[in-house]
Amino acid sequence: MADTVKLPEDSFKPITSDDRAALDSEKIAAPSLTFAQDAWRRLKKNKGAWVSLIVLVVVFIMAFGSIFVSPHDPNAVHPAYANLPSKIPGISINGFNGTLVQAGERIDAYKAAGASGAHYIMGTDYLGRDLFSRVLYGTRISLIIALVATLFDLTIGVTYGMFSGWKGGRIDTIMQRIIEIILSIPNLVVIVLLILILKPGMTSIIIAIALTSWVNMARLVRAQTLELKEQEFILAARTLGERPIKIAFKHLLPNLSSVIIINTMFTIPNAIFFEATLSYIGIGISSPQASLGTLLNDGQKNFQFLPYQMWWPALILSIIMLAFNLLGDGLRDAFDPRTKE
Amino acid sequence: MAKYLAKRIFYLILTLFIVITVTFFLMKLLPGTPLTNQAKLSKSQIHLIYEQYGLNKPVWQQYLLYLAGAVKGDFGTSFQFSDQPVSYLISSRIGPSLQIGLQAMIIGVILGVIIGAFGAMKQNTWADTTTTVVSILGISIPSFVLAVLLQYYLGLKAGWFPIAEWGGFIYTVLPTLALGAQPLAESARFVRTEMVDVLSSDYIELAKAKGLNRTGVIYHHALRNSLIPLITIVGPLAVNIMTGSMVVENIFSIPGIGEQFVKSVLTNDYPTIMGLTIVYSFMLCVVLLITDILYGIVDPRIRLTGKAN
Repeated sequence: MADTVKLPEDSFKPITSDDRAALDSEKIAAPSLTFAQDAWRRLKKNKGAWVSLIVLVVVFIMAFGSIFVSPHDPNAVHPAYANLPSKIPGISINGFNGTLVQAGERIDAYKAAGASGAHYIMGTDYLGRDLFSRVLYGTRISLIIALVATLFDLTIGVTYGMFSGWKGGRIDTIMQRIIEIILSIPNLVVIVLLILILKPGMTSIIIAIALTSWVNMARLVRAQTLELKEQEFILAARTLGERPIKIAFKHLLPNLSSVIIINTMFTIPNAIFFEATLSYIGIGISSPQASLGTLLNDGQKNFQFLPYQMWWPALILSIIMLAFNLLGDGLRDAFDPRTKE
Repeated sequence: MAKYLAKRIFYLILTLFIVITVTFFLMKLLPGTPLTNQAKLSKSQIHLIYEQYGLNKPVWQQYLLYLAGAVKGDFGTSFQFSDQPVSYLISSRIGPSLQIGLQAMIIGVILGVIIGAFGAMKQNTWADTTTTVVSILGISIPSFVLAVLLQYYLGLKAGWFPIAEWGGFIYTVLPTLALGAQPLAESARFVRTEMVDVLSSDYIELAKAKGLNRTGVIYHHALRNSLIPLITIVGPLAVNIMTGSMVVENIFSIPGIGEQFVKSVLTNDYPTIMGLTIVYSFMLCVVLLITDILYGIVDPRIRLTGKAN
């Protein structure tokens, strides 16, 4: 009790403005970041997502760049050079040096075909077409299908979800019932039925995938809209007499953007997968066009003897799917830091 | 509960009714006839064949007849195999598909739960990294790629399993593995995320503070509570398996409905396509119904009054 705390005299001096500057306790050291900048910063920290983003950029540049610069013509047939294994100059590991095992002996397939000078990075297919060029071409077709389908699916899904969530009540119930009915038929079955009606081809695949895969987007957007529309800034906008369509674009859409972007990252690999499955079954892209699915289908026929013809497209397909999945995961964490501590 | 069940079953029937109606009219939009050689047939022959298949009646009558038949499980006659009822075609082929599908689902989910739980327990170690890698690979590699690789390396090269056809259990191993990879990966990822959440919650701290041993805490408290939400992904997983089975059954030449579906699509066998579409949606509806009911039973906090979402 009797203890008195001895405080130094100078604790009670008023601080001068110089001292205050030196104290720094009130200063905000880091520049304030917008939501997008913050998400970008978090994304860069996530190694898997960052590498995936770079891989995807490279894949896109190569696939679309091959319109202008392609090592060979993807459709040029050279029967004499058929089924050459992959040969990368300067590498002498079996499997990449142009040799293959025939009747128990490893022979130089390029010499046997009289093509000692040529080299095909991924080899050639049964018609002597350069597999690398074909894989680039196929990747391009697969990506175009996936991207266009996703774009449509985004438009339908976001509009449907926002409308359903915004209106609420009976309209919402009916719209949700419709979604439940669509969900109760396996997607691939619907896609196959639609393609049968529309005639196989690139356009009908895009339409079929777009018409079936918007459901998930619609559900997520609806749930988010239901939450958002109860918030004050929407109430304020409504009170001020803003038209619903303007509220949707100016206030709802920006707030929905992270949900939309994340879901898109998972829709794209799904679309690629569906396209590959359809082409693999034989009702997708038809020759001379190629997609990763048709390349897989072609490669699988000779897998026992020329495994590289399937390995390459399978590898590229898996890498693209992997990259999109990892990037999607990364974006989810970046947009919503609460999900990851 | 009974009221909820009745409501759900009513919706199930309504859904199936809509599915049947929509597929029926979609199929009517399709070009083509069941005749292979229309040019060589005389008018009266065509008439007779049409009568046999009931194609000469007006569309609405065909529709009502089809609906009446579908209720009794009669989906008409196959265009591809003459005199073969679609219902027979399906019932004789559904066994293998169900067996492989269920095996893939059960094995996939059980292994996935084990791997996921292991990863969550050893968070941020090599075990956790392995879990993440396995699950992301399983999600990214399409089942048909995996199927071909398994067929070649385990079937042909190693010779452990038959590469195709249908016989005893040994024939189901490779297709099960190919189809099970996806459920395994999805559930491992799901359980890991859930369990990491649960492990940091207060009641786990309490259980630990009370001196429960590690296995008790993990098994009785953490695992059980992380498994409940797993029920919600069973429906989507079932869709994955159905989709995957169409290709995987083809690769392994399994006489199942997935293989039949693809074959019917390639030969324009419309009645079979319709019948299979209905069967697929029926199975999916039942799976969704069961998971919804289970979810209500396991987690009483979910109100069964319909607003489960």
